[in-house]
Amino acid sequence: MTETQTRQAPWHEIVRATLKANDVKLVVYVPDRVFTPLIKALHADDFFTTFAATREEEALGIVSGAWMGGLRGAVLMQTSGFATIPNALASLVAPSQIPALIFVSERGTLGEFNLGQAMVCKTMRPVLDSLGVEHHTVTRHDELAFIVDRSIKQAVATQAPVAFILSPLLTGGKVFAS
Amino acid sequence: MTTLQHNAQRAGGAHNAKVMNRFELTKRLTAQLKHEEAVIGGIGNANFDLWSSGQRPQNFYMLGSMGLAIPIALGVAIAQPQRHVVALEGDGSLLMQLGCLATVAMRAPTNLTIVVWDNGIYQITGGQPTASASAADLVAIARGAGIAKSAWAADEEDFERLFAQALKGGPSLIAARIDDKPGVGTTDRDPVQIRARFMQGLGIKR
Repeated sequence: MTETQTRQAPWHEIVRATLKANDVKLVVYVPDRVFTPLIKALHADDFFTTFAATREEEALGIVSGAWMGGLRGAVLMQTSGFATIPNALASLVAPSQIPALIFVSERGTLGEFNLGQAMVCKTMRPVLDSLGVEHHTVTRHDELAFIVDRSIKQAVATQAPVAFILSPLLTGGKVFAS
Repeated sequence: MTTLQHNAQRAGGAHNAKVMNRFELTKRLTAQLKHEEAVIGGIGNANFDLWSSGQRPQNFYMLGSMGLAIPIALGVAIAQPQRHVVALEGDGSLLMQLGCLATVAMRAPTNLTIVVWDNGIYQITGGQPTASASAADLVAIARGAGIAKSAWAADEEDFERLFAQALKGGPSLIAARIDDKPGVGTTDRDPVQIRARFMQGLGIKR
């Protein structure tokens, strides 16, 4: 993407293009309303192998295996789904030094209506911090490509997972149905 | 209640299957691997017996993440479609992550074989009964999830025959009733070394 294209592209198009530019071919997700345009774009692009797993930790297992087999992978989940993955992070991804790329749609803040999402949102960053997993909360459209591109390169180079928490400030989030 | 009594209560195809030994079957399985097939050993005794059957560079030994042997194997199978991948998993571990059977069926990788060692107990934690001891039929569950090539191994020879068939094209699931003998030996416990050796074994340079 040129700089002008990046400025004009929606956030999900920037994520798709940045994954592609970094040869991340496998994307496994547990669906999320906010990520729907990204998931649609990934399915529409033959470059990607993308499908739903039944559970977020399963998705992490799949991309861990794929990485060991030479294929870069990312997982997509919503905030509540993050609560299912600390064991897989603590006992597989982090100790084995696997550069899993984790995209979390941030729920539970800035207008959340679901208490369950809000509680997980409060614990998500402390969990990542205590596991030593690098994470970035992306709020600004103009920083998205830089953060994702550089962090994927760092993850691969240092053999470490990284989490991208995409804020409602970036994606618009999910609001009460009217 | 003893394991044998649990086994006597089993439903479905399991009740006719012979109770075998995991280490013995693991040796028979690895003896059939001639093409650098990848093997993912699930946490616990599945892993320990895989380790003791002879360490291969294409073996991955899971030290944690109970239930993820099959998802890891699916990931390897997607990354390397030319290589056959085998997941070895216990009944307790599979029951923890049953959804992965549906994901495997949906993706339908022809290069994936799942082997389930079913002794009806959480052996490593003290032998508490699993649901498969009295009620759940793991082969019926796998078929219901969409893995049509799912079968109980009737005896050792049947296990070898089923595994030889599975290597020709899957996805397949083979379940074996096993006794409550503990695993033979234990794995090393260095996850980075295990991961690095496995990647070298798969021809991946880092």
